[in-house]
Amino acid sequence: MSDLILDRVQAPLRRRRRITLPPVGASLALLFLAALLLAALFPELFTHVDPLAIVPRDAFQAPSWAHWLGTDQSGRDIFARTIHGARQSLLIGVAATALSMTIAISLGLLGGLGGARVDRAVGWLLEVLFAFPSLILALLFVAVFGSGVGTLIVATGLGGAPGYARMVRGQVLAVRNAGYIEAARALGHPTSRIVLRQLLPNAMRPLVVTMTMGVGQAIVWASALSFLGLGARPPAPEWGTMLSMGRDFIASAWWLTFFPGLFIVLTTLATTVTGRFIQQRLEGRQA
Amino acid sequence: MSSATELAIADPRRERLAALGRRAVIRLGGGLLVLWAVATLTFFALRLMPGDPVLAILGGPSGNPSPETIEATRIEFGLDKPLAVQYLLYLGRLLQGDLGVSYSQHLPVTRVLAEQGGATLELTIAALLLAWVLVLLLTVITAGRGRLIGGLASLAETLSAALPHFWLGVVLLAVFAFGLRWFPPAGSDSLASLVLPAFSLAIPLAGFIAQVTRESLELTLEQPFILTARSRGLSDLAVRFRHALRHALLPGVSLSGWAIGALISGAVVCEVIFSRKGIGRQLYQAVQAQDMPLVIGISLVVAAGYVLANILVDLLYQWIDPRQQEATP
Repeated sequence: MSDLILDRVQAPLRRRRRITLPPVGASLALLFLAALLLAALFPELFTHVDPLAIVPRDAFQAPSWAHWLGTDQSGRDIFARTIHGARQSLLIGVAATALSMTIAISLGLLGGLGGARVDRAVGWLLEVLFAFPSLILALLFVAVFGSGVGTLIVATGLGGAPGYARMVRGQVLAVRNAGYIEAARALGHPTSRIVLRQLLPNAMRPLVVTMTMGVGQAIVWASALSFLGLGARPPAPEWGTMLSMGRDFIASAWWLTFFPGLFIVLTTLATTVTGRFIQQRLEGRQA
Repeated sequence: MSSATELAIADPRRERLAALGRRAVIRLGGGLLVLWAVATLTFFALRLMPGDPVLAILGGPSGNPSPETIEATRIEFGLDKPLAVQYLLYLGRLLQGDLGVSYSQHLPVTRVLAEQGGATLELTIAALLLAWVLVLLLTVITAGRGRLIGGLASLAETLSAALPHFWLGVVLLAVFAFGLRWFPPAGSDSLASLVLPAFSLAIPLAGFIAQVTRESLELTLEQPFILTARSRGLSDLAVRFRHALRHALLPGVSLSGWAIGALISGAVVCEVIFSRKGIGRQLYQAVQAQDMPLVIGISLVVAAGYVLANILVDLLYQWIDPRQQEATP
């Protein structure tokens, strides 16, 4: 073929095919996530200020050396609240993603392995759930069961489940007929073992990436609900709730909303970059 | 099958239209089934609600109505009949386009929807168009321009995709409405009041679509036909806009169905932040007031619109890329 000639002609025009984020980005992201995890587990490592302590004469302090990120309308330290909020927000994000994945794996396995009729039923159920944009599904859930952190997790988890389920189902269908599954079957392994040891790990591998990014997305959606006043109750240091409280003072005290939001953005960014990094590593290993 | 091929030879355009029409009918039928299931699901979700719906109608726990009023309301809303009868009555009313009466506003739900729907439609369409303009500007100009520019643009896309609507909205509000006073902070009457909400919806969306479009554009720019176009002496921008873009748009278009869902979700938040008219804010207020007819009415209409939009995107996708037709009979 003339590919070789074409290659030479094209060479000056050809540029890098895929823009890879520099490993600097990935390491920063991992570092941030690690710090966030530490803050969630041991907030005292970062601050000794009580996130709920009300100091009326310190209300609405702009960011300074004494209060790095300023104080809110009751004089509570925003840095301390943001650090203590990490636990709540991470917990909600991880729990909601775990719930989404549990539903998705059950539905996906059922659809992928249960035969044509079950598969059609599952596909249909997914389409029904997909008829609602995720926040609308979550709002519907909150309307039925009332607000609170528990409902927040379930609502966010439910809202994300159809997307994951569709992916799991596709993966299961793709992996189901792979040679190694056939080999395992020929060896006489029981179905449960094949599903657990061969099918799931292989089907899940690309989903690790989606899941990592999903935690960030779940935090965003959960904070959106909190922001609307349908999640964690006000004095609680939760990022979305803090944003929602600060909204009333947006014209005079921007730091009330800016910093909790910044942490949401950074967390989402970090999970996205980490997810891509894992993806590249996985692709590299397969190649 | 063979007659179809003969027809295709006779008039491929007509055959394509016919195939598209067949698919549209099938998809619309499926969409109707989905909507029926959605209606059923929401009906039973309402019945799962803890607490007595009659008390919710009469103003929640603070209403303190007399037993006679409770009984009268129960009969008025048909809540005294068996569940199956209620369900059939509900479906019958739905078919007639009757979504019930909002408890909190004492207005028919359809009237609330008719009054508020336009504003939401306006916002989401403006945001979708704006997002595509941003995507095209960013990707067509920067794609395939070397590592540094590509990396920077890609960073900008990742960053904007990570911005939550509500935070972006609040920041834009603080800077451009309260700080610089360029745009009104609230309202939905003027074109100026549309700018900030549309941007806060469009920027994250543009980030997502641009990531996909950039990757596809970079691959397209390496195709031989681009080289042909360049060798004919076309300018760089002409090559990018007239030749490469057309091929690179597909993945972005296929994301549009999802994008509409994201826009509707985001519209709820943006309408609340900017105190805009619209069904998103109505939904939010209805959830807070536990006004279930309004919640369900809005959810149903949103679901219907979303299903319809997805079908349209699917058909559009087929029209743009006929290969899809061969792939799915």
